[in-house]
Amino acid sequence: MPLAKRIIPCLDVDRGRVVKGTRFVNLRDAGDPVEVAARYDAEGADELTFLDITASSDNRDTIVHVVEAVAEQVFIPLTVGGGIRMLGDITRMLNAGADKVAINTTAVNNPDFIREASGHFGNQCIVVAIDAKEVDPGPDGMKRWEIFTHGGRTPTGIDAIDWASRMEQYGAGELLVTSMDRDGTRNGFDLDLMRCITDRTGIPVIASGGVGSLEHLVDGVRTGGADAVLAASIFHYGEFTVLEAKQHMAQNDIEVRL
Amino acid sequence: MGLHRVVIVDLGTGNLRSVSKAVSAVSPKSEVSVSADPAAISGADRLILPGQGAIGTWLNQFRQGPELEEAVMRGLRDKPVLGICLGLQALYRHSSESGGQPGFDLLAGRVRHFSEAESDFGGVRAQSGGKIPHMGWNRVRHCKEHPLWQDIPDGERFYFVHSYYVHSEDPEQVAGETEYGIRFTSAAMRNNLFAVQFHPEKSQYAGLTLIKNFINWNGDC
Repeated sequence: MPLAKRIIPCLDVDRGRVVKGTRFVNLRDAGDPVEVAARYDAEGADELTFLDITASSDNRDTIVHVVEAVAEQVFIPLTVGGGIRMLGDITRMLNAGADKVAINTTAVNNPDFIREASGHFGNQCIVVAIDAKEVDPGPDGMKRWEIFTHGGRTPTGIDAIDWASRMEQYGAGELLVTSMDRDGTRNGFDLDLMRCITDRTGIPVIASGGVGSLEHLVDGVRTGGADAVLAASIFHYGEFTVLEAKQHMAQNDIEVRL
Repeated sequence: MGLHRVVIVDLGTGNLRSVSKAVSAVSPKSEVSVSADPAAISGADRLILPGQGAIGTWLNQFRQGPELEEAVMRGLRDKPVLGICLGLQALYRHSSESGGQPGFDLLAGRVRHFSEAESDFGGVRAQSGGKIPHMGWNRVRHCKEHPLWQDIPDGERFYFVHSYYVHSEDPEQVAGETEYGIRFTSAAMRNNLFAVQFHPEKSQYAGLTLIKNFINWNGDC
């Protein structure tokens, strides 16, 4: 298969700064988004994802300016998530230079929004972000996960695997699946979760949450079946470069763009 | 080379700002505009025709007024043109997208959904486990020499995102091919036209090199 598996550094942006938390809390500053984006681009990142975690609506325009500034000098695909509620929000992000938007809470509140957005802009730019947490097994004894919204604060009672499949039917072009149990822990992806979703859907899946080593990236593709792997902290603090990550994947016979 | 006037034809879809920034990055002296104004399109010395999303919506924009359609069709005949994504697909006779759409019929072939390939070729999914859309960095094999391939290695990776693909009927018009379960036309050429399925504006150095080659191209093969 000549199509390369993608490595996507993720930048959580709060009021115009890159931050990284553990299990959705304890934020640490990790730099200026434009500088960080330019560095990842130079290292060979295949795409970049920006998640706007700014709480107050006063600072909502900040992310638009960040995307504009990044798109002036970085010529790889950019995805922006956080605070997408209306078609107009998508237009604004695409006009700023984003190629895709990631939608989570709004999809749960109003699943038809995904159908509408995909019909209007094309499914290639609609990524549905799924934050999933393991819950008690079902009556059949199989593992179960539920989805959460509002940056992982609000439980919904919706089964994550069913939701993934439903979002594909509604016109999502890609799924960004984050394990909330693993996010920020550096213990590796929730591979069972990833495999369940990649087995049940026919659109690209990005694995997210828990990367602490280069081996975890390999596992996400090989065991989890992911088409792309997303990571933040291993790149932010200079532990590994994106190039090192790709070389490691290539050594493990995974097709990457070098 | 003197000052180039490059118009990016604005049919309301796709990341037009990124196309414009990419042209400015490789050719700071070019005058670049994003426009649907027939006069600006007629006055350009080269056109970029980008497009993403549903081809039906895109073609409706194109056909909203006879002046716009006329200006673009004239450009397709006599200016160097770079088509991107829908700007490739629209050059063919027919697309099965949006319930079936007639195209400009300038190149020989038709546009199909990857799932339709199953009946003809044994299937994208069946052969490769491929997802739809075809999304990510894939290799482009050069089938013909062309000035736009200058300094781009044969087999270089470019960024793709699409669910429909071109099935060419004239090998002379195939500049490049890509494999994704099936082999499809990822770059097409004919006289003053060069069109690609991938997104050069999102394909980093390789993509910028192709855009630079286009800016310096006189329109001859």
